[in-house]
Amino acid sequence: MRIREIQKLIDARLLCGEHLLDEEIHNVCGSDLMSDVLAFSNGQMLITGLVNPQVIRTAEMVDIRCIVFARDKTPDAGMIELAREKDMAVMTCRGSMFDVCGVLYQHGLRGEE
Amino acid sequence: MPDAIRMTFNVDGDDFAAAGTASSEVKRALKQLGMPPELVKRAAICMYEGEINMVIHADGGVASVAIRPGSVEIELRDRGPGIPDLELAMQEGYSTASEQARNLGFGAGMGLPNMKRYADELKIDTKIGVGTTVTMVLRDRTR
Repeated sequence: MRIREIQKLIDARLLCGEHLLDEEIHNVCGSDLMSDVLAFSNGQMLITGLVNPQVIRTAEMVDIRCIVFARDKTPDAGMIELAREKDMAVMTCRGSMFDVCGVLYQHGLRGEE
Repeated sequence: MPDAIRMTFNVDGDDFAAAGTASSEVKRALKQLGMPPELVKRAAICMYEGEINMVIHADGGVASVAIRPGSVEIELRDRGPGIPDLELAMQEGYSTASEQARNLGFGAGMGLPNMKRYADELKIDTKIGVGTTVTMVLRDRTR
């Protein structure tokens, strides 16, 4: 599924990475524990409720292309700049992590392979 | 590629927000050198976990990386408190990390196990009150 479609499904606000909206996402990781993301993620998208620069760094290490912050959590300008530098799309949406995961699962996206 | 490309970084122990910048630079260098993506990802994860550990537990340290055709060697040297029980530290879920580290999404006792999971060789020399040196070797598994 393209990032553009995901954005629409979960009614998310895009904060950076507009040129990445047509990239395909196949596998998604939902976690607040960055060590878990590092240990197991082979997805292209991360859904999290944690907001700090290490979220962007962690995503960078495991080649995640898009980060969704649940419950309207909003990264600061420094984090967005870092994501931009690392060529990632960043979005924020109102739904909880559970709801965002549920909606995307219902539409065919899956967790790690 | 020459015999080895070496990179050295001073990892600042006071700036948690900046932790990971050395790993980021190494990842970029490995990509630019055309190393296989699978190796680049494993090396990035190993180095990042190590870098985070140095910041959380040891007030920083020095990271040295040697890149050779088909392999990456990462050495992380700190003058921290040392690891009293290495066997316990290697167990998934065991952690002595601070509340601050936990708030940032770490300290779940996954760092060393993750390094073991992704490195082809992991060696830890540690002495109480002197410091810890973690050495990891990662090889191109596609060769």
